[in-house]
Amino acid sequence: MLAFTVVGSFWLEIVLKVGVLRRFKRVLLSVLPVATIFIIWDAYAISQDHWHFDPEQILGVFGPFGIPVEEYFFFLIVPIAAIMTIEAVRTVKKKWIVGDEA
Amino acid sequence: MSYTQLAICAVIAAVILDLFIIKNRLTTRKVFWTSYAIIIFFQLITNWWLTSREIVMYSEEKIIGWRIASAPAEDLLFGFAMVLSVLNLWVYWGKKGVQRR
Repeated sequence: MLAFTVVGSFWLEIVLKVGVLRRFKRVLLSVLPVATIFIIWDAYAISQDHWHFDPEQILGVFGPFGIPVEEYFFFLIVPIAAIMTIEAVRTVKKKWIVGDEA
Repeated sequence: MSYTQLAICAVIAAVILDLFIIKNRLTTRKVFWTSYAIIIFFQLITNWWLTSREIVMYSEEKIIGWRIASAPAEDLLFGFAMVLSVLNLWVYWGKKGVQRR
């Protein structure tokens, strides 16, 4: 699923030259605060058994709070894919206002 | 709290962040809704994959029970809140002049 997301969005870097990965600092400043909150949510949800994972279908490597390592990658890759998407839309639709124009 | 309650709170918090705290007002912009339409399309595919194969399973008593592409409806709220928050920070830092281009 993570590979699918990477393949599905990261081509925008090459074809539309969205330049998101190049802006690494801005990516981290945007992704990390939100990822932190959602990882806390994930930890709570797992502890309360809102959701659980099939042990046979995950790597079996766990990070802090007993969260599968795939979840940590999810909270990095999906937001980056979202940023690439909005940058791709603005690249195609140059007149649409995003709000950070100089 | 149930997943349903948390997911609704997250959406409300993200919209408040967008409209009143960071004030990017992305939820009033075409660029956001077009991007979100693309994102939700792919989310439905990955949600379906993860839930129909039972890679991720949900406790029926913690969700309202509405399923979209085999996954709980709450997942769409979860995704919306995450995407709106991240894009708000992205635009916020751009506005501040951090790696605008």
